[in-house]
Amino acid sequence: MAAKTPAARAVPSPLEWEYAPAPEARDVVSLEERYGLFIGGEQVAPRSRKWFATTSPSTEEHLADVALAGARDVDLAVQAARGAFEDGWSTLRPAERAKYLFRIARLIQERSRELAVAESLDGGKPIKESRDVDLPLAAAHFFYYAGWADKLEYAFPNRRPRPLGVAGQIIPWNFPLLMLAWKIAPALACGNTVVLKPAETTPLTALIFTDICCQAELPPGVVNIVTGDGSTGAHLVKHPDLDKVAFTGSTEVGKAIQRELAGTGVKLTLELGGKAANIVFDDCALDQAVEGIVNGIYFNQGHVCCAGSRLLVQESIAEQLVTKLKRRLRTIRVGDPLDKNTDLGAINSRMQLDRIHELVAAGKEEGAEMYQPPCRLPEKGYWFAPTVFTNVAQSSRIAQEEIFGPVLSVLTFRTPAEAVEKANNTPYGLSAGVWTEKGSRILWVAERLRAGVVWANTFNRFDPTSPFGGYKESGFGREGGLHGLEPYVRFDR
Amino acid sequence: MAQAKLLPRDLELPLDLRLPRIGSVDAVALEARAGELAKRSIKKGAKLAALDLAIRMIDLTTLEGADTPGKVSALCAKAMRPDPTDPGIPAVAAVCVYPNLVAVARAKLAGSTVKVASVATAFPSGQSPIDVKLADVHEAVALGADEIDMVIDRGAFLSGRYAKVVDEIVRVKEACGDAHLKVILETGELGTYDNVRRASLLAIAAGADFIKTSTGKVSPAATLPVTLCMLEVIRDVHDETGRVIGMKPAGGIRTAKQAIQYLCVLNETLGSAWLTPDLFRFGASSLLNDVLMQIRKQRSGAYQSGDYFTID
Amino acid sequence: MSRIAVRKTYKLHIGGAFPRSESGRTYEAEGQNVARASRKDARDAVKAARGAFPKWAGATPYNRGQVLYRLAEMMETRAADLGRSCSGRREVERAIDRVVWYAGWADKLPQVLGGSNPVAGPYFNFTVPEPTGVVAILAPELPALDGLVSRIAPVIVSGNTAVVVTSGTRPLAALELAEAIATSDLPGGVVNLLTGYRDELAPVLASHMDVNAIDLTGAGDETAELEVLAADNVKRVVRAGGEQSPWEISAFLELKTVWHPVGT
Repeated sequence: MAAKTPAARAVPSPLEWEYAPAPEARDVVSLEERYGLFIGGEQVAPRSRKWFATTSPSTEEHLADVALAGARDVDLAVQAARGAFEDGWSTLRPAERAKYLFRIARLIQERSRELAVAESLDGGKPIKESRDVDLPLAAAHFFYYAGWADKLEYAFPNRRPRPLGVAGQIIPWNFPLLMLAWKIAPALACGNTVVLKPAETTPLTALIFTDICCQAELPPGVVNIVTGDGSTGAHLVKHPDLDKVAFTGSTEVGKAIQRELAGTGVKLTLELGGKAANIVFDDCALDQAVEGIVNGIYFNQGHVCCAGSRLLVQESIAEQLVTKLKRRLRTIRVGDPLDKNTDLGAINSRMQLDRIHELVAAGKEEGAEMYQPPCRLPEKGYWFAPTVFTNVAQSSRIAQEEIFGPVLSVLTFRTPAEAVEKANNTPYGLSAGVWTEKGSRILWVAERLRAGVVWANTFNRFDPTSPFGGYKESGFGREGGLHGLEPYVRFDR
Repeated sequence: MAQAKLLPRDLELPLDLRLPRIGSVDAVALEARAGELAKRSIKKGAKLAALDLAIRMIDLTTLEGADTPGKVSALCAKAMRPDPTDPGIPAVAAVCVYPNLVAVARAKLAGSTVKVASVATAFPSGQSPIDVKLADVHEAVALGADEIDMVIDRGAFLSGRYAKVVDEIVRVKEACGDAHLKVILETGELGTYDNVRRASLLAIAAGADFIKTSTGKVSPAATLPVTLCMLEVIRDVHDETGRVIGMKPAGGIRTAKQAIQYLCVLNETLGSAWLTPDLFRFGASSLLNDVLMQIRKQRSGAYQSGDYFTID
Repeated sequence: MSRIAVRKTYKLHIGGAFPRSESGRTYEAEGQNVARASRKDARDAVKAARGAFPKWAGATPYNRGQVLYRLAEMMETRAADLGRSCSGRREVERAIDRVVWYAGWADKLPQVLGGSNPVAGPYFNFTVPEPTGVVAILAPELPALDGLVSRIAPVIVSGNTAVVVTSGTRPLAALELAEAIATSDLPGGVVNLLTGYRDELAPVLASHMDVNAIDLTGAGDETAELEVLAADNVKRVVRAGGEQSPWEISAFLELKTVWHPVGT
């Protein structure tokens, strides 16, 4: 640098700046020692007499005991839902139904700090995300669908929409409260009642939600929460008095449910896995594309069905982009989910961590080159550093199978047509990303992608007004938007 | 028709570029990234270290028609000893004044580590003929300025006369001699981040030692997203050519909280090598007292009042 | 000895504040002295409405929906006062529920009123509804509260701002509503309420060149003259259609259609 240096220069050398811990206060949440099932508006002990523990994946500490609902419990819940449906909810004036949902939206907003901390404790995601993404979206989802409750005739021209009845809903562990909102809000808005089973490793926010239902004075039995494991979900799906099943989870389980319900006439929607391609063209806004790629696969530790887990980069900028990407990975902060500066939290469970390890080992064996930034991972808990594989073949396991972790596979392409072909070359079809400054190309590529959600020059954006759902083995049915109503109504004429 | 000369056999055109491609900047994503970095929560020792660094990076500024030797003397005293009750508080990096006040500043700051920076080139508008602007620079340097903060010709830039913009900067750099040159882009007038990126690249190609956001006379002045945009250019230039360029956001940075946000953006874009007054400055005036207040609050635990910090 | 009450002074509501008429005039209505707005007050109200428009129209639909819902919350709190100013509790509840109903439309309008258009060529084409701008409203004389709300809510939910000439004989309901508006997070200037004589104020607003649309629901015999004045800047002229519906909202919306080629 061309500056003259004065004799008495007292300026120290550049600062190595470590951020200090910045923990969010845990005491905003007070957890019960044990939580019963929520059936008919009350907390009840399980007839199964079985309980299980929910733990924090970042510290492995025990958080609470939770009921394990058996067949009898599930039956009682469905009965309560049926009773509530017949005895008032379906005949309640829609404008009044709307007001219950508006109350719930407002209560979620009021208790959002408490819920965010509980979400991060139970599931491992950074408090920054639960506070700034999960909670606002959950509240917004209830607010949006509240407004539809008394306007259904405008959503279906020339049809008379009616509720289906009782819906059985099963949700995953990656966005526990948000997935609950995506299921319950439209179902209730359309006049249905629900029995919802939260994921085994993340029941807590659903249980706090039952308190919100009580504060809103929601009529008993309209919402029922049955916690448990895979067997609980199976009992629910098999129950003979359901009118509708909605499932978000793995493709494997989704297919099992589809087989189970074959021939029963029960309406079904499925939101399953994905292996989204994030397509980056050489005329993209480069630094912003890097941010989008990082957001696409490392947001929520990659535990996202629509994660951009395959980077398809145009060969002419591949080297430059990958260099920037690897450098960017070095600023990702992995650690305590309750630290406000944490970017990447804990892996949700030992089981999921093992699966990630298995697929990463496969990637290395198949000849791909792995990069991980230097990372101090905590002793206890389940952790995986952000990872990127280059030199990946289209046929390798890490390019085909959903890893559901912070692992990105990089492949290249030469032309738009080739990019589209590679992007579509998968049994999945949930989402995709397109990065280019050229508008016509965005539209051309979007037109040809076999994916339910296409993000152009952005990624992982969600809104209650925007329909979300997959093509092919990523499932069918849409959640969000006007189109999210259809799965929860039937038509008289 | 003339024939093009044949290229020698086996010529391999160089694959690397002399300068990064101009490229585009997506405004929504840029602003979102700056917003994320602004959420960093910096506490305790990390906060004190950042506040100390922030003081050492301040170019304490007065650029008013009403500036007098008295006013500038007082400012210089503050610059050398921001908190008379606490000798542990470091001096700021520089004092920034109009050319007419350079001699006063120089005399008052003699023997200290605080530099004298002068604005020049028909600051703030830049709307004068080149000879006038160069004379402005020559005078300021002759009067003793260590650093020159020039403005680019935005009229030329916005009408596409980029060669004129570059030429002026080259000539100003020559006129600076040993003084180091900061080039003010006046980002608030450029309209888009694409333009900010282009102007940054032109300024650096023409010889800037530092690129600076604003004169402080136009709103918006410095913002986190515009700073991030300019730091990304500096990063690209360093990747391509190895050159190390500094950056100065100026105007609108009034609180310690903001200063820390800027340091987070700097730290996570260019890394700790840039966390030094040699490569980053804050163009500010009231920022200093807010940082002093935050330091005292951090140490004592109590919220502070402006009454206990001198206004110079 | 019984306590002497502190009586309310009834003023206009312009730009979020409660000024008296610049003319200093009042008139008697419902046993109170109520401000009698002048043409200059109308001018100031239009200025306030225009000033508030960019920010209100630029708010997210979700935000506008929440603000209207909060207006309903504030009305619910004041239900007793509002009831005394109109025909009673039933009318207040209808008005509150109406505000909630319209609040729910804020983030749904383009899905029902707009969409992409399948043109015969390699172009992506879509239509979006947008608010028209500043809307003058002549509120119906009755019902004093619900009539007013039924015309204001569909105008503002989409981002328009409003200058309202209230009922002449029953203006107090509007002023009670103004207090709910002032505590509701609605930015100042989004709803401006002018009490006074309709035949003085309506022509001023109908001829005002910076008003984009006029709702003549409350106009009487002077409707035809007002429509002539409105033609000077091609104002959209609207009258209530009947039942509440999204088409009460769309009457105050413009439609923009955008084309873009599809290609590599």
